[in-house]
Amino acid sequence: MALLEVSGISKRFGGVAAVQDVSFRVEPGMIKAIIGPNGAGKTTLFNLVSGFVPPDKGSVRLGGESIQGRRPHEVAARGLTRTFQHIKLFAGMTALENVMVGRHLRARSGFLSGMLHLPWARREDAAVRERAVEVMDLLGIAALAPLEATALSYGQQRAVELARALASDPRIVLLDEPAAGLNMRETRELAKLVSKIRDRGVTVLLVEHDMSLVMGISDEVLVLSYGEKIAEAAPREVQSDPEVVRIYLGDDGC
Amino acid sequence: MLDSRFAKIGIFLAAAVAVERIAVLSGAGYLLTQLTMSAYYTLVALGLSLLMGYAGQISLGHAGFFAIGGYTSAALTTWDLSARHAEPVVAALSRAGVLVARAGAFGGDVLVVHPWPAFLCAVALSAAVAFLVGIPVLKLRGHYLAMATLGVGTILSSIAVGTAALGAADGISGVPPFDLVPGLLRVAGNAPVRIVNYYVAFGLLAAAMLLLSNLVWSRVGRALRAIHGAEDAASAMGVDVARYKLGTFVLSAVLAAVAGSLLTHFNAGIGPSEVSIMKSVRYVAIVAVGGMGSLWGAMAASLSLNFLSLRGYFGSLDDAVFGGILIAVMLFSPGGILSLDVRGAILALLRRVRPPRAPAPEPEDEAAAGDGVGVLGKEAGEEGR
Amino acid sequence: MTGDLFLQFVIAGLTYGAIYAVVGIGFNIIYSATGIINFAQGEFVMLGGMTAVSLHTVLPIPLAIAGAVLVTMAVGALIEVALMRWLSGPSALRMIIITIGVSILVREAALLTWGQQVRSLPYFTGNEVTSFAIGGARVSPQVLWTVGACAAMVILVTVFFQWTMLGRQMRACAANRVAASLCGLPTRNLVTLSFALSAAMGALAGCVVSPITYTRYDIGAGLAIKGFTVAILGGLGNSLAAVAAGLVLGVVESFSVSLMPAAYKDAISIAVLLGILFVRPSGIFGEKEASRA
Repeated sequence: MALLEVSGISKRFGGVAAVQDVSFRVEPGMIKAIIGPNGAGKTTLFNLVSGFVPPDKGSVRLGGESIQGRRPHEVAARGLTRTFQHIKLFAGMTALENVMVGRHLRARSGFLSGMLHLPWARREDAAVRERAVEVMDLLGIAALAPLEATALSYGQQRAVELARALASDPRIVLLDEPAAGLNMRETRELAKLVSKIRDRGVTVLLVEHDMSLVMGISDEVLVLSYGEKIAEAAPREVQSDPEVVRIYLGDDGC
Repeated sequence: MLDSRFAKIGIFLAAAVAVERIAVLSGAGYLLTQLTMSAYYTLVALGLSLLMGYAGQISLGHAGFFAIGGYTSAALTTWDLSARHAEPVVAALSRAGVLVARAGAFGGDVLVVHPWPAFLCAVALSAAVAFLVGIPVLKLRGHYLAMATLGVGTILSSIAVGTAALGAADGISGVPPFDLVPGLLRVAGNAPVRIVNYYVAFGLLAAAMLLLSNLVWSRVGRALRAIHGAEDAASAMGVDVARYKLGTFVLSAVLAAVAGSLLTHFNAGIGPSEVSIMKSVRYVAIVAVGGMGSLWGAMAASLSLNFLSLRGYFGSLDDAVFGGILIAVMLFSPGGILSLDVRGAILALLRRVRPPRAPAPEPEDEAAAGDGVGVLGKEAGEEGR
Repeated sequence: MTGDLFLQFVIAGLTYGAIYAVVGIGFNIIYSATGIINFAQGEFVMLGGMTAVSLHTVLPIPLAIAGAVLVTMAVGALIEVALMRWLSGPSALRMIIITIGVSILVREAALLTWGQQVRSLPYFTGNEVTSFAIGGARVSPQVLWTVGACAAMVILVTVFFQWTMLGRQMRACAANRVAASLCGLPTRNLVTLSFALSAAMGALAGCVVSPITYTRYDIGAGLAIKGFTVAILGGLGNSLAAVAAGLVLGVVESFSVSLMPAAYKDAISIAVLLGILFVRPSGIFGEKEASRA
């Protein structure tokens, strides 16, 4: 059974069809990439899948369960988290606190136990902190923990955002242009990280512009153009697909 | 972190004791009355500070929740049910100890609700109203949210003024004392219990401070700060944004109702001025001065401004002072006066007096206006017109 | 309810409704130009009425009104020059809080100047008991003055924005401030003008309605909430819809008095406001707008 199954999803903004009748599946344990020229509807597709924008038509199933009409936090609770194209870290909080918020779903403490500082809530918070440090360690950013998140360098912020998305041990993580704004070296490191995440059992769906990153690590690539699916295949096949070369690779000069 | 929390509250309580001793020993014990009242108003300010600074929501109707607490307590403890003592419900409540008989103001016994159940009703009612109102209101943003909360406050105000059973323009007087612990702690405004009441109010304030600072550093507080920082990202991490905003709104309404109920017993009455929009605006001004999201800042601003106002230092300019404070804080230091960058403000002033020759279209001044801009700085980008 | 009484309520409602419409348009003018909800809008009505009453002790009514309008315009422009101009790109909330502060200061200044006393101009034609019949209802000529003045203002404002150069410049400034500024328009002064214009409208409305409703230092806040309701009801920025919304609100309020204690009258229009905000924040006539999450 596919972990994520999107069928016939469509979304219009005013007169523009941002995403048109797109279907695809993501199998557990794979890295799947969505590519396409600017304005192809990649980010809209992500927003549709993660519950930020309701679709006009079509359905999204996560682990067999429909997540149609679910709000983002409900989608997250079912094991799908995401990062953002324009990094959205929590201002005024440390990198560690940011990642701890990512662990929100794995804790219970509410208003009352928080105010009363109950022993079990304290223990729970300690566990959250411990796990957050572990995740940061995994991504090699443990040293950033006590620093103000929004003051970090761009690449570091991307890594913190990634750690935050992974902190709740999701089944699948959606990465929205994770290499945007990164230099060559940072992009190579990112590629290693994404493979590492997958090796730890997290399925990855990513939207990307950077072809080198996508072709190197993806198991499958889906190509979008003007909101429609053009191709869906292994990276090598996509690269040699004449249609894809024409509308995308040709334009981009890769 | 917890140690520093306890240390701060310890210092606060020590300061409260010192103020009481100095006031009493120097023969100025009467000042304790205004300090006690200021402490109760400060409870409202603390809740509002949490709401504005952490949940990022403004409320221009918070006096309404204070008044729900006060009016409910006042009404229940003064409405005489003795004429209906034969009715089964009244009789049953009477046997259960919910109703008590006491000497009425005009002789003869009256049968009224005991202050404790009245207090619980007051708090519950305020929480319920906040819950029901909060569900739709907290979905709004920016000036829509401001106007909606203002509207709620105005409705509550016109109910208080327009309802005969609530004393209309006169309010309710003759509210009995509230024996928190019979024979030991009595909330009342007469001179013999002045010191005890001072400590009840400041003890409560210290307790509220401890609970709220705990909350801020708990999972919920982290989620609230995350919502404030980047709402989308918070919800993508599984934070139920609407629920946390609503929870904070209800919590702040509960604090306001506790303050309203106890202060009404202390003052032996409540009037419609407590529910006026001006009162709500005043709470917002106080929180703004203290700095959004700074509980200690809100406390300091509230205790000092309320005390000065209650002692009559602002004279007939009372409301104007708060209006002026509001404008000044919003213009020069939206992060509160503690974040005020005096030198930067003067430089900015000079820049504006002698503007650059080229009319730079719309410079991004927001960053210069100070960090911790909080609820007020955040929406600049969202105002797509 | 008899037909005559019904008509009487409608006419009373239209009188108040005309004032709400003018205040609502005042909100729109400033909102379009700056994105600010100017809570002090109601204070312009109060200020106009009060100033005219004071001037009328030495001047004839037309001059007193003209003077009051000019004074209020100056106050409106002063608010923009002294406060709003200083901030660029602040949040909507910070702006509304500042205008609330302004409205408090204006009100307190009025209290110190004129006291708590209720004041009014004399009837422009005839006196309190002069009336003529419309259908079966008795109508004071002042109602015609009020409705007529408000209608004239709405028409003039529409003509101004549609067909005059200055009006077009203001619309350009509203549509895209940066672009307008790059085209050489004095955008700052146009914003000041929008404050002055909406102050003038409020002041004139305050003068013509003063003989009927009386004026007091503290009427501003209530009018501001109603004007905002009307502006929202019509969809922010849409002035003709605001007129319709104003008249509807006035009539609804007028009938509510026959059903409920008059003290709850304000609560009615606010309940309407809340209802719209919850159900359809873009207004009955407006387009969808990002006012909520």
